[in-house]
Amino acid sequence: MRGGVYWSVARGAFRRYATYRAATVAGTVTNTVFGMILASTVLALWRTRPGLGGYDAAQAVTYIWISQGLLVTVAVWGGGFQDDLQARFRSGDIAVDLYRPVDFQGWWLATDLGRAGYQLVTRGAVPMLAGAVLFDLVLPGDPLVWAEFLLSVALAVLVSFGLRFLATLTGFWLHESEGVRAVMTVVSMFFSGMLLPLALFPGLLGELARVLPFSAMVQLPADVLLQRRTGTALLGLYGFQLAWGAALLALGRAGQALAVRRVVVQGG
Amino acid sequence: MAEPGGGGGSGGGAAARAGWAVRSWWLITGMWIRSTMAYRASFALSLAANTLITFLDFAVLLLMFAHTRQLAGWTLAETGFLYATSSVALGAANVLVGSVGGLGERVRSGSLDTMLIRPAPALAQLAAERFSLRRLGRLLQAFAVLGWSLTALDVHWTWDRVLMVPALLLCGTVIFCALFVGCSCVQFWWGEAAELQNAVTYGGATVLQYPPTVFAKELVAGTVFGVPLAFVNWLPALHVLGRTDPLGLPAAFRFASPLAAALCVLAAGLAWRAGLRAYRSTGS
Repeated sequence: MRGGVYWSVARGAFRRYATYRAATVAGTVTNTVFGMILASTVLALWRTRPGLGGYDAAQAVTYIWISQGLLVTVAVWGGGFQDDLQARFRSGDIAVDLYRPVDFQGWWLATDLGRAGYQLVTRGAVPMLAGAVLFDLVLPGDPLVWAEFLLSVALAVLVSFGLRFLATLTGFWLHESEGVRAVMTVVSMFFSGMLLPLALFPGLLGELARVLPFSAMVQLPADVLLQRRTGTALLGLYGFQLAWGAALLALGRAGQALAVRRVVVQGG
Repeated sequence: MAEPGGGGGSGGGAAARAGWAVRSWWLITGMWIRSTMAYRASFALSLAANTLITFLDFAVLLLMFAHTRQLAGWTLAETGFLYATSSVALGAANVLVGSVGGLGERVRSGSLDTMLIRPAPALAQLAAERFSLRRLGRLLQAFAVLGWSLTALDVHWTWDRVLMVPALLLCGTVIFCALFVGCSCVQFWWGEAAELQNAVTYGGATVLQYPPTVFAKELVAGTVFGVPLAFVNWLPALHVLGRTDPLGLPAAFRFASPLAAALCVLAAGLAWRAGLRAYRSTGS
């Protein structure tokens, strides 16, 4: 019964995003343009340094297109439910959300999963196809690898949701989480592997990037599709994503419990 | 009342209108700045984050050059010069008119009507709408990189090269302003397509941050004869850095940025007028 509510919320979110067709087309074009630009720069780098970071040129270009496909799906840049929630903080509607007979965090997670599902089949898949037409990509032929990739993308969305939920919760205290969100964007763009494969990060910076949750958003799903992690290493990868996802959701819950008390104080 | 935001006229009338447009922009901007300052902590964080996030592009360049001495034949200092000039031009345009991207939302909700009946040019109002000071972050960071690259460059500084730098920053800013306005006009017809503008402005600026030799010749030709991005910094930079043109264009192209900027403004102006004329408010 309860599960049914969240399922229909997720489906509703999917349909809501599907309504904005022109926005989808415009966004897909933008992702494709950026994919072309970044793929060219990466090719130039790999021409002088073939095999850099353990990737050959075709793999590096494939990495760029995967990351472009994930950018909006996983909401590395932020957004999705964050926009709605921030607007509700500003208007005060958040008080209404809190006494609804569904779980606050679960509700927004459901909307975000619906959104991610829609973005995956549009802004994820189309730029990848365009990239495959325009550049030499190395994509697996085995459908099992694609299924493994989709699972890691789902976990990536979970981690991303956990992070964005925490960032948005600061709105309870600051009334305006725009600043926190901007900081989060910087950190997640950099440490997720969105800009360059984390293997290119030198020394300590690379070590740090590999333990932070952000790598679960782009680098790890890309590793799965490029088959850099298979067998037990793949299980370890899922474990890393799942552990961060669970920890962030739990933190979000704790933060929410504190925040709810805060709202009562404000209202009284 | 005259047609808002547009209309003919001549001589002193046009100058007075332009002055009033600038003044309106300034008044509205000042109001938004005061409003931002109501949430100081959020503002401080936003500005810092904005400076940092724009630094990320440069961090990518640094990371790339950590693994190679030259990218497609260009050194870090030369690429840094391209990066900085592109970012200054985009950053300044974003501060001045970046908010026009919000046009689609107003077309969809019909709230553009409110702007059209106010006694100030609609374009000036729209450009100042929700003005955010944190956009200065990109500009700050870009000027810092520019300063560094100018000292690191191995260039024989003659007076024409020195003068070329402020000239290209000015023309580049004008070109990006025109692109912001021109591309957002698409939203008069296609209200949700705000992101297309990003592909041209932010995408364009990203292209210009890298040496032209990185890209396919067709793309470079497209930025000269199609969307005139190459005139922002690629072409003038060839003169400043004393490099040969990968397309082998005549030297005159390197000095043609003011002309390109003028054409861009003209095209953006025409698009804006056509868009306003096509605007039918909502529900009809």
